[in-house]
Amino acid sequence: MVRKAKDVTIAELERPHSAPTPRTLESKPRPSDRVFRAIVGVGGFSSLTILGLIAGYLFFRGYSILRSESLSFITGYEWVSSINSDGSEGAQPSTYGVGAMLIGTLVTAVIALVIGVPVSVFAALYLTFFAPQRVKKILVTVVDLMAAFPSILFGLWGLYVLMEPGMYVAELLNKYLGWIPIFAVPVPVFLRSPFIAGLVLAVMIIPIVTAISREIFAQTPLDRIQAAYALGASKWAMIKNVAFPYSYSGVVGGAMLGLGRAMGETVAVFTVLNILYQANFKILLGAGGNLASHIILKFGEASEEEIKALMAAGFVLFLMTLAVNMIANVIVSKTGRRGR
Amino acid sequence: MTTIKTVAPIRPWRPTKRDYTLQIAIIIGSLVASYLLVANTGFEGRLSLVIFFGFFAVVALAILSGLRRGKEAAKDAVMAGAAYTGIFALLLPVVSMLWTVISRGTAAIYDGFFTTDMSQDPFSSPLDAGGIKHALIGTLWLIAIALIISVPLGILTALYLTEIKGPGSALIRFLVQAMSGIPSIVAGLFIYSALISGTGRGFSGFMGALALSILMIPTVARTAEEVLKLVPAEYREAGLALGATQWKTVALVVIPAAKSGLVTAVILGVARIAGETAPLLFTTGGADNTNLNPLDGNMGTIPFYIWKALIDGSPEAASRAWAGIFILMLAVLSLFALARFLSRASIVK
Amino acid sequence: MSTYEKEDGSMNSTATPASTSAASDTRTSSLGDVATASAASRSRTEQPIGSGLEARNVHAWFGKYHAISDMSLDFPTGTVTALIGPSGCGKSTFLRTLNRMHEFIPGAAMAGEVLLHGKDIYAPGTDVTKVRLKIGMVFQKPNPFPSMTIGENVLAGIKLAQLKVSNKDDLMEECLERAGLWNEVKDRLNQPGGSLSGGQQQRLCIARSLAVRPEVLLMDEPCSALDPGSTLKIEETISELAKTMTIIIVTHNMQQAARVSDYTAFLLSDGGPGQIVEFAPTREIFTRPRDERTENYVTGRFG
Repeated sequence: MVRKAKDVTIAELERPHSAPTPRTLESKPRPSDRVFRAIVGVGGFSSLTILGLIAGYLFFRGYSILRSESLSFITGYEWVSSINSDGSEGAQPSTYGVGAMLIGTLVTAVIALVIGVPVSVFAALYLTFFAPQRVKKILVTVVDLMAAFPSILFGLWGLYVLMEPGMYVAELLNKYLGWIPIFAVPVPVFLRSPFIAGLVLAVMIIPIVTAISREIFAQTPLDRIQAAYALGASKWAMIKNVAFPYSYSGVVGGAMLGLGRAMGETVAVFTVLNILYQANFKILLGAGGNLASHIILKFGEASEEEIKALMAAGFVLFLMTLAVNMIANVIVSKTGRRGR
Repeated sequence: MTTIKTVAPIRPWRPTKRDYTLQIAIIIGSLVASYLLVANTGFEGRLSLVIFFGFFAVVALAILSGLRRGKEAAKDAVMAGAAYTGIFALLLPVVSMLWTVISRGTAAIYDGFFTTDMSQDPFSSPLDAGGIKHALIGTLWLIAIALIISVPLGILTALYLTEIKGPGSALIRFLVQAMSGIPSIVAGLFIYSALISGTGRGFSGFMGALALSILMIPTVARTAEEVLKLVPAEYREAGLALGATQWKTVALVVIPAAKSGLVTAVILGVARIAGETAPLLFTTGGADNTNLNPLDGNMGTIPFYIWKALIDGSPEAASRAWAGIFILMLAVLSLFALARFLSRASIVK
Repeated sequence: MSTYEKEDGSMNSTATPASTSAASDTRTSSLGDVATASAASRSRTEQPIGSGLEARNVHAWFGKYHAISDMSLDFPTGTVTALIGPSGCGKSTFLRTLNRMHEFIPGAAMAGEVLLHGKDIYAPGTDVTKVRLKIGMVFQKPNPFPSMTIGENVLAGIKLAQLKVSNKDDLMEECLERAGLWNEVKDRLNQPGGSLSGGQQQRLCIARSLAVRPEVLLMDEPCSALDPGSTLKIEETISELAKTMTIIIVTHNMQQAARVSDYTAFLLSDGGPGQIVEFAPTREIFTRPRDERTENYVTGRFG
């Protein structure tokens, strides 16, 4: 709008410091773009919707059990279904508590971390600071590939290949460290123990933790690395004093992603471990399970009520792994940003 | 006097012949020592041989470096030894798994393996009967349906994050990441609880595909987002500056530029779900007969076939399980090789 | 040229007269000529303190790319030598061959010898970490370790190389003092190194290099990322340090070379690998350059 000089009012001139009002830059999208944006928006929110539906349905289906058991669903050590799958009444009143399996989940996942994380961190150090360029390229692909192995392969391999050396190691552990309660066994049978399940889980999480640790290590600023070398540092001194402080929290985040994977693993644990519903801290003893394998085990012959309890267990598993994953992702992405 | 051109480049920081000789001597010495130890003490097996070999080699290297260059060098050598041990411990299971799959995977494969199903023969029957026709068909159906569902949703999610950058982008990115970590069993349980349990509908291939889609969407979305981010902003600006709508710019400029990368994203998504077992146990029913209709009736799949063979436990069933995993691994490896090839063939030209 | 006069004046005020006059008759001729080496070694014999570091026929490659060719220079103890020349002439590469930082670049190769007290630092069996302890380095961009405090940064080298020090606080103070930073940071030694300004960070990096007691300090354009005030402070620090150690500084800034250095080497790449065109006392280079190309460069006609 063109204004001539006389259009300027006295009031405008007298206004001492009329601050310029910013114009809002609005472009009205054309109809085709509005449709496009709407479609992409709907697609974009699909993951939010799916996550919401998962949480909602599992909670909704398991709600009656969660309400009747309340906190003892988490802390209870007994899983008894009073109704048989054919509908007849069982001998005992039913109680549903996943405590023992929560413990089993943690025990196997912790074993996996204890074994898998050091291996992963050192493998990642090798890939970042030791490997020649060409070897590194190949090995990084191998790590990615290993992460894509189906979990049933780990189960099969664990059962048919790893079981024997695993039992041998378990025997040695029991022989020399048997005085520590977790390595004690009532009878010297080491078949299908949480220890071996933990070993299999360790192999499963190694590619994940290695890949993330490698990425984090690779973000150590080159000029800091060079500064360390220029001060006469050996490779180890450089890694300890420069690379680790940069990557510490990222590696922790990577380990947590591994933890999430190990906690939710179903098939491999079910295949390798002798699934028994008991809280077993004796890791060399062939009994135990985790939440996921428990669900699989009970699902086949579950009554309608027990199915609800399994849904509730699934809900607990979902929340647990979701929380672990979210925390892990926050840590990893924060490290990534700071490192750059 | 001095002729510049004839000077040959050298790399004095590389290990010398003497260093290599010493290293070989250490390796041989450690091998002998570990062999003697395993042969003459209570330890047994190849595993302990390997462990003792590694231990001796690292200790010997550390002592050698310590003698030559002091304490710090010894620590450095131990550290290098640990790094080498780490990568070795990573590779050992990979090699072992691939080797076992190859060596045990072919025993159950015979002429009719791909043309018969398991409806007539139990898993413990001799290896010249039955096959995986039903499972192969089922897996292909599941992958096809999962592709139809999750490719659009995954790529739309990626487009939302990179092109529209709409409200909640950060939240969605966060949720997609978290979603890729949810246990596969939860996906199966969810489909069962929402669409099967109490609805009168039974198991079917379609239900399995839905469960697999939940696992595939985040993989596709994350990889596709990475790929779309690589498309230079100038491309988009150029499109918009020509007066094209955003929709046209995305469809005609951005997506073609990222095409092979997007295909890679999809392939990686398929590789992710091809071997998933747990969700199928709640959704497909796992038939032994050939079922061509994914919308109705139990459907067998390769992972379920392996699962059944595993549960059966007989030696024949074990061979069948290995054969199943052999086929599955062939598929996963070829998908992976294809993805590598495509992503190497430059994402944005 | 006016700048020329100014450079000359400021140079006179900072260059130590003893060293310049002692070697004032040293002449260097053009590239590839053996006279380079002999002139340099002559200057060494005339130096009363004797030579610390000497490069002999050094070449460097990155993969197939021949970056520097046949560089021979002698760096007399207690002097400041400036390496000047246009971008891409191999100044930094040459500097990095002097403390074996060159080999970190994938595909790197070299030829020739670098002698520290007559011993080749590239000889087989040499402990490279010990070499780098004796020949320190300050980088273009200040790079204090962000996870460490100011005090820890100064002592980082002690920690990294696991050296034994009787009194760490004394050493810290001494190094910060020599780097001209003590008064500014003495009250906040526990703050992170990143909290300092760019110029302070660079002096912190100098202090960090000093803590391991190097005999030679290599500086790779230490002021190029800094403002003029900070640059001046660093130059003062360099002049102070030169009393006790050998300093080799790469710089793009000819005024800086004129201000701080006793000797100057002019490097040039005429399409091929970088070579030393002229090496002489700084005043000579700026007042009576032997080579026409040197003259063109120092007078600003090219480069």
